[in-house]
Amino acid sequence: MSLTRIEILGPILVSVALLAIWQCAYWLIGDIALRSPGQTVRFAGELLSRPTFWPHLVETAKAFVAALAIASLLGLTIGLLLGLGKTAGDVFEPMLIALYSIPKVTLYPILLLSFGLGLSAKIAFGALHGFIPVALFTMNAARNVRPIFLKTGRVMKLSRWDVVRKIVFPAALPEIFTGLRVGFSLTMIGTVLGEMFASQRGLGYLLMNAIGLHHVDVIMAVTLMLVLFAAVISFALLAIDRHLHKRF
Amino acid sequence: MPHDTNKVHVSLRHVTKTFRRAGGGQDVHALGPIDLDLKRGEFFAVVGPSGCGKSTLLEVLAGLTPVTDGTVVFEDQPIHGNVPDGVGVVFQEDACFPWMTVSDNIAFGLRQAGIPAAETARRVAAALELMGLGQFARSHPAQLSGGMRQRVCIARTLVLQPRLILLDEPFGALDQQTRLLMGEEVLRLWRETGATIFLITHALDEAAMLADRIGVMSARPGRLLEIVETGWAPDRDSTIVETPEFGQVTARLWQWLRVESMKSVGRMDRR
Ligand SMILES: Nc1ncnc2c1ncn2[C@@H]1O[C@H](COP(=O)(O)OP(=O)(O)OP(=O)(O)O)[C@@H](O)[C@H]1O
Ligand SMILES: [Mg+2]
Repeated sequence: MSLTRIEILGPILVSVALLAIWQCAYWLIGDIALRSPGQTVRFAGELLSRPTFWPHLVETAKAFVAALAIASLLGLTIGLLLGLGKTAGDVFEPMLIALYSIPKVTLYPILLLSFGLGLSAKIAFGALHGFIPVALFTMNAARNVRPIFLKTGRVMKLSRWDVVRKIVFPAALPEIFTGLRVGFSLTMIGTVLGEMFASQRGLGYLLMNAIGLHHVDVIMAVTLMLVLFAAVISFALLAIDRHLHKRF
Repeated sequence: MPHDTNKVHVSLRHVTKTFRRAGGGQDVHALGPIDLDLKRGEFFAVVGPSGCGKSTLLEVLAGLTPVTDGTVVFEDQPIHGNVPDGVGVVFQEDACFPWMTVSDNIAFGLRQAGIPAAETARRVAAALELMGLGQFARSHPAQLSGGMRQRVCIARTLVLQPRLILLDEPFGALDQQTRLLMGEEVLRLWRETGATIFLITHALDEAAMLADRIGVMSARPGRLLEIVETGWAPDRDSTIVETPEFGQVTARLWQWLRVESMKSVGRMDRR
């Protein structure tokens, strides 16, 4: 896979512009609410050298990875089942969309009651956010596989399982990947949000705590880390996504 | 190869197809009743106005569509909504898998059938050569023209060495020159393999040049109006188009089709 010049230059230019805006905002607003990019990076480095910071980072990373794995597998399974079974799709699609549109925070107390105030509640909350787009994209992709491909499968005498594995899945893969990409973002939002509302560890907890104590350094540094992580991964996923779609 | 045997390979009796519309809409009587015997090793072409049920007839022959009435018998076995062994289909629509390379597309059916890798590689290489796709073995279909993609689909079917080959306007996306050359290739393959070929085409000259017999279909619901015998020798090629007999065959086809085509166009106007 090779990126074109615009695909590499574009994000760099945007990043430079964002940094410039940030710096200007800092000059205008000042130390009460903001830190400059330079100060933030310096403080982020300092945070990373503190042994007390690492458990928080590890906690969030663990929760996120687990939530993403669950969201992907669950979303894929549900999406394929609903996409292939017409009745199941007709029954459950409205429910999925309803779940997609309500603010998931309203369900968090229920999750907390079921999972307790620890890692598993965050994982559940992250996965709850992430699996829906994966399921919806997968469902639509499986439904929209060109009938001629399925017919070809019948001529080549594929079993039902082989049709799913060798035709439906690869034909739907670009759309499924888009679902995973959106799922990635939402899982991250869900995980950090979960930590912010009720948790005793993790980056979200750190952020919420810092807001209470008005630790602008911490707020800025943690936010920067989260944004950088999300931006880099999203950029990579988007590149793969485009590459997959190019062939279709 | 036994081109001259008069053994029946496929036989259609009173075959009718009506598409039922879900939700109380009007049913579409697409086809039939049709009675037809394809002889083993013959080259049969079908022409007919657009929308008359040619593709439907092909799907019935392939066992992809269950008939509403009548029977289809292939090699003495009735066909029931399943594709029998030994039947290969090239569809009207582009059916290349976009996620696979050209080679992998062509090898798909062979791998599915569990043919050993060495044999698969050999047949794929031969098919690539035959279809003039050698340089594109590792390309993906998106990098190919429509005509080349259609050739990939033809190759994918031919490597399976079917005994009955169903072709639904396989050269529709090709220019006239390539179309004639591909026609010659198909004739050569037909002679070498002894397969029975059922070819749908909208080009009367193509039907007249390639086939032993040409079925002329009526406007929908498609029935066989006439079967024109060409009487060509098996070793014919595209130079046949210069002969007066070729002109006579095409003229006869057109006589039958002119009226039917006007009917089908008239229906479009009224719709
Ligand atoms: N799955 C289906 N459901 C309902 N009607 C159908 C279906 N498939 C085909 N038809 C109808 O049956 C008729 C015959 O269709 P068919 O595709 O066999 O025609 P054709 O002769 O191959 O046309 P063309 O020359 O355009 O390829 C058409 O009127 C079409 O609308
Ligand atoms: Mg057709």
